[in-house]
Amino acid sequence: MPPRPTSGVRLDAFTDRYAQRTHAMTASEIRALFAVASRPEVVSLAGGMPNLSALPLDAVGKLMGELVQTRGAQALQYGSGQGDPHLRELICEVMALEGIEASSEDVVVTVGSQQALDLVTRVFVDPGDVVLAEAPSYVGALSTFSAYQAEVVHVAMDEQGLVPEALRETLAAVQAAGKRAKFLYTVPNFHNPAGTTLVEQRRDEVLAICQRAGLMVLEDNPYGLLGFDGPPTPAIRARGGQDDVLYLGSFSKTFAPGLRVGWVLAPHAVREKLVLAAEAAVLCPPTFNQLAVAEYLSTQDWQGQVRAFTAMYRERRDALLDALRQQMPAGASWTHPTGGFYVWVTLPSGLDAKVLLPRAVTARVAFVPGTAFFADGTGNAHLRLSYCYPEPDRIREGVRRLATVLQEEVELRNTFGQTRARTSAPQASSPAPDLA
Amino acid sequence: MSGSARYLVLAGGLSHERDVSLRSGRRVLDALRSDGAEVDLRDADAGLLAALTGAPADGPGGTLTSGGDGRPYDAVLVALHGGAGEDGALREVLDIAGVPHVGAGPAACRIAWDKPTAKALVLRAGLSTPPSVVLPHAAFRELGAGAVLDRLVTHLGLPLMVKPARGGSALGCSTVDKPDDLPAAMVSCFSYGQAALVEKLVSGTEVAVTVVDTGDGPRALPPVEIVPLSGVYDYGARYTAGATEFFVPARLDDAAADAVAGAAVAAHTALGLRDLSRVDAIVEDDGTVQLLEVNTAPGMTETSLLPMAVDAAGLSFGRLLRTLLEQAAARG
Repeated sequence: MPPRPTSGVRLDAFTDRYAQRTHAMTASEIRALFAVASRPEVVSLAGGMPNLSALPLDAVGKLMGELVQTRGAQALQYGSGQGDPHLRELICEVMALEGIEASSEDVVVTVGSQQALDLVTRVFVDPGDVVLAEAPSYVGALSTFSAYQAEVVHVAMDEQGLVPEALRETLAAVQAAGKRAKFLYTVPNFHNPAGTTLVEQRRDEVLAICQRAGLMVLEDNPYGLLGFDGPPTPAIRARGGQDDVLYLGSFSKTFAPGLRVGWVLAPHAVREKLVLAAEAAVLCPPTFNQLAVAEYLSTQDWQGQVRAFTAMYRERRDALLDALRQQMPAGASWTHPTGGFYVWVTLPSGLDAKVLLPRAVTARVAFVPGTAFFADGTGNAHLRLSYCYPEPDRIREGVRRLATVLQEEVELRNTFGQTRARTSAPQASSPAPDLA
Repeated sequence: MSGSARYLVLAGGLSHERDVSLRSGRRVLDALRSDGAEVDLRDADAGLLAALTGAPADGPGGTLTSGGDGRPYDAVLVALHGGAGEDGALREVLDIAGVPHVGAGPAACRIAWDKPTAKALVLRAGLSTPPSVVLPHAAFRELGAGAVLDRLVTHLGLPLMVKPARGGSALGCSTVDKPDDLPAAMVSCFSYGQAALVEKLVSGTEVAVTVVDTGDGPRALPPVEIVPLSGVYDYGARYTAGATEFFVPARLDDAAADAVAGAAVAAHTALGLRDLSRVDAIVEDDGTVQLLEVNTAPGMTETSLLPMAVDAAGLSFGRLLRTLLEQAAARG
């Protein structure tokens, strides 16, 4: 036998060199379970992948081929750090559909709106700064805020979106604690994960509260054009918020997420800093992808395509809501989205979504535990269901499986009584973006 | 076996440990290819039986490499953890398909996979394992959880380790120091399986011993000592590089090192295992070896214990796996 060592091995030579913020990046058993969710045997109501089956791939392929043939030297070259000027003009036309008047000079194209989130946080947030976010909030935003060591303070929501009174109270509490909130992060339309939409009358009120408090609004609107019932509600940015609102948009849900093209609309002074930050991060957003999006918007009936997407998502939303109504056990409740991808379920009293997940995976159905959407480790009483990707029949089958799992868990709770919930980091409870 | 032999590594599956298995499979694939072996990596799915005969992959998931050139495989290495990969079912299918595989046969896998059965057999072989109680959810429901849990604490004392009777990667496992924490531990455990193994928590040096048999009888490789920085060797400590400190070989005196090696080989033999296994144990301060469990499809990821032991023994991981595949193929 070899000699016994006096010091151990850690399998990572850099353990004492990582930044403080890296220490929370650990393997998670919940996240590992999503590896099973990606198998076809499992009905995954977990992922948020847009369903691209309705996309006219022939036309998109032709358009991209022609782009390389006719403008390859430009499309494959570095571009402006702020993004392609023509695409920025087209983005202004897209935003006009939600009532936003903007100059293309104030638009910065980003690598998905996720990079816009990163840039805005990088530019505004020092470690320890407070960021206000809805309860629950988008997990990708929470991960970004965590990476910059922000303190996230959640603000309550109801079926009509962010609650203005709760925003006032939270702001007062933050100020009373001697802390400074840098911005309110909000997803006003077809919220991820809550599925709710901030009603029109509350939009003015939320903006006014933030303006009075000197608080910037970070309005993240990837789903705004995916409404099932009529035209979109005008954005917060469209309501006199041009100096106080940073607006994030994306082509991931209206066209194709693989192209990673999003944007941020910002007041002029902020925009300049965002461009410098973007150049430091990626030099420029992918030129080919930007030109492809611009070409798609210019030559294809993209709004007709969005209507085709929403018709598909509406059918799936209906299937999910019908199945939930028929199958969920007593004590469960859920939101009723009028667009977007998600339904937010509140479990019968005492059930813990994170503890449920292994049993659900055994039953071949997956969801995202609510803990993924809270920075403070709460959220165990909720889960997010996505209806965007599976076919309606699969959705119904998934809910049938889920209902059985919930019933078993109710029995288990009846046996053992209430138990304390464990907390976990948000990103540890959510799937990677490619696991639908 | 000629140099043109073709081997298949199976990884993935539908158990809770799919992610770990995929990592094991990729590492095994790399190691075997580094040793010059011709090898494919494949998920265990509905296309498996056709693939074993060399037919092109056609199902979803299918091959994780570009395998399937029309020739049958000479032997299979199962890197599936949990579920069908460890409960004997997959081995049974490989046997009826006439495909040689590395490791224990289906009956021995079934026994090792069921921790209470394995504990009973190692006890019968004269080895030690912590006292325990095995109970399904129904027992608590029918007899009253409060009364049963109270009796359980009185019987075994505290602290306790609660784990699914079948399972791996510490999924569903909890240590319990206070009676109040026991119900939550049971709920977490039953999320992963139908029966709970509640074991007296023993303290000492935590070690894993790899047992290999390349044709001249089972032998123990140097024991790997596990010191998780968080104090508990849970999922995060197992699969986050840097979260656990390992001492290879373990910091045991000669007598204790011999005792744990002997116990591991004895357990491997008592359970009727073959080729390789990993035995997890605690060496108490007085030198008593308490066997915790025996794994027939041990983890082979970048942070797993078996590859560390192989390395400490001065062996090549890829060479050893290839030898075991050649041995399986010759066995037929």
